[in-house]
Amino acid sequence: MPPLLSALVGGLIIGGAAALLYLLHGRIAGVSGILGSAVAPETVDREWRVAFVAGLLLAGVALRLLAPSTVPVGGAGTPLPLLVLAGVIVGFGTRMGNGCTSGHGVCGVGRGSARSIWATGTFMAVAIAVVFVMRHVIGGA
Amino acid sequence: MKRAAKRWITALALGLLFGLGLGISGMTQPDKVLAFLDLTGAWDPSLALVMVAAIGAFAVVFRIARRRPAPLLGGRFPRLPKRPDGRLLGGAALFGLGWGLAGICPGPALVDLGAGLGDVAVFSAAMVGGILLHRLVGAGVSGQAPPDRVAPAPEAVPGVIRQGVR
Repeated sequence: MPPLLSALVGGLIIGGAAALLYLLHGRIAGVSGILGSAVAPETVDREWRVAFVAGLLLAGVALRLLAPSTVPVGGAGTPLPLLVLAGVIVGFGTRMGNGCTSGHGVCGVGRGSARSIWATGTFMAVAIAVVFVMRHVIGGA
Repeated sequence: MKRAAKRWITALALGLLFGLGLGISGMTQPDKVLAFLDLTGAWDPSLALVMVAAIGAFAVVFRIARRRPAPLLGGRFPRLPKRPDGRLLGGAALFGLGWGLAGICPGPALVDLGAGLGDVAVFSAAMVGGILLHRLVGAGVSGQAPPDRVAPAPEAVPGVIRQGVR
């Protein structure tokens, strides 16, 4: 599939699945929130969250078998200590900010939430700045 | 089939679909995500189309769903907070920092974890560590419990809930 077509199809599937979760369950498909509540024993109504996370993991298995190039598990060559630091920051930051690319970026922007539009603008801007510094200031490219 | 079984089976199927969408779109490839974020380098704009398509698809169905009094499989539509605050923006900035360092956000982290063990598995484990760390120390930076952790108020009526969603 050409990159732009796969981007379009993939995006429609992501938005469609998130929309169906809202229509059927009345839930926002925010992965960080679902994962955060799935690992919290006190969560009310935990089963669907565990099931959704299991579905994401299963998708990884399916992609590995059918289209292995889509799931490189190498982490783009980022050094391991940096990857650990990034993981901790992503986990902490998405819980503190109540969402990530899916909950704020897709669902929140899609329903026109001012909070999510601010959050999405913030994490996009910071991520772009970080890549600029890492690649063109520190990296010296 | 019982409603409880329908709920978790549909959630499993939608998680699978969502994850396949992430894979097809390219979001599960950290180097592609970093290339998308690298505006001044060899910029790969294709992931912007992913965002636009996903937001558009969600927005259309959301507008249809919002006219209904309740979700199809029971429960209530959530009341979501509206106003941005410092905690939201601080958390979003931290997330942007981590995302820019690794090129991996939570959904793709779980899909790549399912695909096999490797460097991304290290990221995913660290991410769960960060979530748990927030549970331990987060009370200091959390003004309120996240909406999904709070049971809906029994007196809430559908009209009020729909207003809350806007």
